[in-house]
Amino acid sequence: MSRNTFLFICLSLLCVVLTVSDIVFGSVDIPLKSFGEVLLHPNGHGLYADIVMQFRLPKAITAILTGAALSVAGLLMQTFFRNPLAGPDVLGVTSGASMGVALYVMAASWWSAAWVESRWGLILSAVAGALIVLFLILSVASRMKQSVTLLIVGLMFSGIVGAVVSILQNLSNPDAVKLFIVWTFGSLSAVTWYQLQILVPLIVLGLFVSLALQKQFNAMLLGEHYAQGLGVSVRSTRLAMIAITGILAGATTAFTGPIAFIGVAVPHLARALFQTSNHRIITPGTLLCGVALLLTCDIISQQTTYPLPLNAISALFGAPLIIWIVLKQRIQ
Amino acid sequence: MHIPSPNDSSVELYTDDLSIGYVQRPQPLVVQEHLHLELRKGEMVCLIGPNGCGKSTLLHTLAGLQKTLSGNVILHQRDLYAYSMQEKATLLSLTLTDRVEVDKMSVFELVSMGRYPYTNRFGKLSSIDTSAIEEAISQVHLTEKSKWSLDTLSDGERQRAMIAKVLAQATPVLLFDEPTAHLDLVNRVSTLLLLKTVAKECHVAVLLSTHELEMAMQLADRLWLMSNDEIAVGTTEELIAQGGFQRVFHSDLFAFDSQTRRFVIHKDKLPH
Repeated sequence: MSRNTFLFICLSLLCVVLTVSDIVFGSVDIPLKSFGEVLLHPNGHGLYADIVMQFRLPKAITAILTGAALSVAGLLMQTFFRNPLAGPDVLGVTSGASMGVALYVMAASWWSAAWVESRWGLILSAVAGALIVLFLILSVASRMKQSVTLLIVGLMFSGIVGAVVSILQNLSNPDAVKLFIVWTFGSLSAVTWYQLQILVPLIVLGLFVSLALQKQFNAMLLGEHYAQGLGVSVRSTRLAMIAITGILAGATTAFTGPIAFIGVAVPHLARALFQTSNHRIITPGTLLCGVALLLTCDIISQQTTYPLPLNAISALFGAPLIIWIVLKQRIQ
Repeated sequence: MHIPSPNDSSVELYTDDLSIGYVQRPQPLVVQEHLHLELRKGEMVCLIGPNGCGKSTLLHTLAGLQKTLSGNVILHQRDLYAYSMQEKATLLSLTLTDRVEVDKMSVFELVSMGRYPYTNRFGKLSSIDTSAIEEAISQVHLTEKSKWSLDTLSDGERQRAMIAKVLAQATPVLLFDEPTAHLDLVNRVSTLLLLKTVAKECHVAVLLSTHELEMAMQLADRLWLMSNDEIAVGTTEELIAQGGFQRVFHSDLFAFDSQTRRFVIHKDKLPH
């Protein structure tokens, strides 16, 4: 058995164990036996059944989807910009999604509450916001070579978006502002079964396409001229990468709020683990690492009586990792 | 200039009244025009000329990365633009000057990308692909380092890995934009010798641009001597006889000595 097969098996097992732990351990611990019963009779009633079916299970599914989607989105952006510091939150893509949501939530407050409840409206505005920022970054990225410069531009975009959002808040009514602020805290538990019905197919589709385009993504690692020379259509590959990144990062952000650092950090963990940049291995590797990492963050966050904000935990390990990457580049 | 007859089977690629340059308004920027050039099987052609005369523009145009301003590039009796990307990738390859910066990619993985035009949509390697990759790696003497990551290689080894990639691609026409840039003397010589060997043994057409004038004179089967307004084609002897080098590399600081085939700095320019 090769080293990579072994790693894949270990990671998959780890993800299963973490998923079960995420459901079982929390402010109320659920005995494994009761958990098994709930799984056998999902329509049953009782304290444990309600906690699992109404709260823990949708949250665990959201954690799996979000971890996978944000990490793969980060990997695609790093390949696209050929820049180790690229990621959906670092370059302001999640901020773009936030702006979409802010516009949507606050503009809708002028019309009718029914709009705010619509799951499609939320997701479409977030994806649109993410895509707008992606295209803006793309238009400046072609003019500069240094990876750190791109990072600064991403920060500026986040700044602009933040300013627009504050202005919007000033102009909106207090109810809409409260709705938006709650959303920005970033939480996996706010996602309902109703929302999962569209989140699951969207994310699964995005991940599936990313796995299928491994050959094109590998060629993009060498730069667009070489990719073209190998018979890969650079134009359509780039469009596909942007669309998938927008959908993966935008859709998850729409329902969970902005979650920082997962996207930029996980691809590096996966590369360190699998020792390759080959997308045939690194895309599924990143996916599994992302799932494992976000589940771990979620398990930690729910150990206290009042759940800790997920962003605080993901930032605690993500931010030092970025500092480490920048330092490593300097040395070379 | 003669135009190659279509049934001359040793010609892999030729240009017909080609103009190269950049499309811009109000009128296009013409870098070179009326070019009639040809590349033949088994020959190594060196493209030499001063900075900024358009060597890279020519290579990019011949590889189809850049549009022609007028005229045609004919590859295997067909217009270059009539090919699909995939077809073109099996006939022609271009290796660029800029270093490929990829974290954690092995020599084998890089060279295996050369097989992309031949593999299915997931890039699955058949046993033929694998043996072509191993063969290419051994041709550039990197067999022992085939599992090494690119960032652990020296510049010379990295250049050889890039050459192995296009060898695995098995194209009858190979273009290289300054393959000797960033290399030390030994690696410059060995890289050019390797490309010459490739042209002879694999029976392919090799075109490379270089600033190594003296090495190019010794090794090239034919030289394309590019000045700011024309390209002179010929063997080293022919170009020396025509006074091509003196004309193109004209300077107050040095002169070309056609006896020794060297550029000699004028004694009076040396500081005392």
